[in-house]
Amino acid sequence: MTALNELTLAEARDGLKAKDFSAREIAQAHLDAIDKAQALNAYIVATPDRALKMADVSDQKIAKGEGRPLEGLPLGIKDLFATQGVHTTAGSKILEGFEPHYESNVSAQLWRDGAVMLGKLNLDEFAMGSSNETSAYGKTISPWRRQGSDAPLVPGGSSGGSAAAVAAHLCLGATATDTGGSIRQPAAFTGTVGIKPTYGRCSRWGIIAYASSLDQAGPIARTVQDCAILLGSMAGHDPRDTTSVDLPVPDFEAAISRGVKGLTIGIPREYRVEGMPAEIQRLWDQGADWLREAGATIKEISLPHTQYALPAYYIVAPAEASSNLARYDGVRYGLRVPGKDIAGMYENTRAAGFGREVKRRIMIGTYVLSAGYYDAYYVRAQKIRTLIKRDFEAAYASGIDAILTPATPSAAFGIGEMASADPVEMYLNDVFTVTVNMAGLPGISVPAGLDAQGLPLGLQLIGRPFDEETLFAAAQTIENAAGRISLPKAWWA
Amino acid sequence: MSVDEKTVRRIAHLARIAVTDEEVGPLKGELNAILAFVEQLGAVDVEGVEPMTSVTPMRMKKREDVVNDGGRASDIVANAPETEDNYFLVPKVVE
Repeated sequence: MTALNELTLAEARDGLKAKDFSAREIAQAHLDAIDKAQALNAYIVATPDRALKMADVSDQKIAKGEGRPLEGLPLGIKDLFATQGVHTTAGSKILEGFEPHYESNVSAQLWRDGAVMLGKLNLDEFAMGSSNETSAYGKTISPWRRQGSDAPLVPGGSSGGSAAAVAAHLCLGATATDTGGSIRQPAAFTGTVGIKPTYGRCSRWGIIAYASSLDQAGPIARTVQDCAILLGSMAGHDPRDTTSVDLPVPDFEAAISRGVKGLTIGIPREYRVEGMPAEIQRLWDQGADWLREAGATIKEISLPHTQYALPAYYIVAPAEASSNLARYDGVRYGLRVPGKDIAGMYENTRAAGFGREVKRRIMIGTYVLSAGYYDAYYVRAQKIRTLIKRDFEAAYASGIDAILTPATPSAAFGIGEMASADPVEMYLNDVFTVTVNMAGLPGISVPAGLDAQGLPLGLQLIGRPFDEETLFAAAQTIENAAGRISLPKAWWA
Repeated sequence: MSVDEKTVRRIAHLARIAVTDEEVGPLKGELNAILAFVEQLGAVDVEGVEPMTSVTPMRMKKREDVVNDGGRASDIVANAPETEDNYFLVPKVVE
């Protein structure tokens, strides 16, 4: 029999409903696996007492026939979501000791539907990074290794803890957030599925803000179906977030079996970037073939402003970050380091509390918003965002239903391999994902194969606004054709 | 455009982040690498293009002008490093 923590979320849901095992048993199986996986450092904090208490409530509900949609399913929560009474850090020293007196909307909806919290997952500090190496709580190590090597690899970022925990069977699924690729890139690096829904689909209320016009929550899980189930509970209108959209939440799970017959899938020629590894190109072609064989029409399209998305992002995101992170001033929560006066206290607190990458982005943001530079940088970047969005609108207006691209320009890299003095090298990880945030569109990353070293590679599908259903249908088609990736054996346990 | 050490110190002060003399040099290099990377945006013709203000067309939502929350000062100051009687304590600002 499959170990309880190795079931898919859908299988676990059915097993619980059929009383094949109890919520307490599956919670305990995960807690044991987490205990043995300290070497991965995927969790910043595990919450075993809370998990077992929630599982007992689930068992009572199931016994009475009152099971809710996610009854008894153990999940991990990215430590960017505020969780009431549980240390919430954003991976930063500056939030040391912070225990929110409120619960984020997304996590509250998961508990409303009966899910069980296992703990808080590691991430790049304030979700700024592509490798989970910037966390003040230590790097997360990927459960994956190159064939014949035991060199530690990154799980991607910023939702590196979420992706590593899902791939290593330390939860059935996890919450994550995506500002420039932080759900899709780690999902691709770990052979898991991750969807960034349309901006506005999930409430941002109670999620620690990085760049508010780009941040969006979504799930990472081991199958397309599991992601569809989780997004169904995470999504929905919340009056406390003015950008949360008042639209009904579709039955995402039902959409996975729709197939792609009759759909037109666009292949954007601008994503064929110079120096793209041959195996990524092959995987992309293979993905297009799979969709064609399943009845879709494949059409080459042009998204001419693609190359400007990443540089424009590195103006917009730091600008918004510099504003959002102004609140960490040593007064209301977290760290305080004294100074000779109040300004000295602010400066010392922020110098000691923020890591290098966060300081860098705050300073770039401060610079591009400062007097004399605002129009040249920020306003210009926002105009370019309009052009990027128009590219997509033109493609969709010409009859394209979804767009297929690689998820990342390479497979996972080693810990410390990208530690060069030039921060831009790391930023290039998001070259295929960041356009989607700039245009506010939904995007899903689905595992599609392994590279020559045995590491997973993902494909990305980009959809029309609020049409996550087509993405689930097309991603399921790829998952069916590619076969589920077998996740690594537990070398860490 | 690129920044010199004086500008790095000015930005750090605007951002209220103390920097040591040893940090200024490397920060200058890193910030200039990012600024060089975004330089290519200058090549885009943005004449007559509206800056994006919202990724999806939406009307600004307004809630009813009613009290729907409040009365929880102790929750709000609960995480503060220093408080007294539900007030945040800060170093003296006015002499």
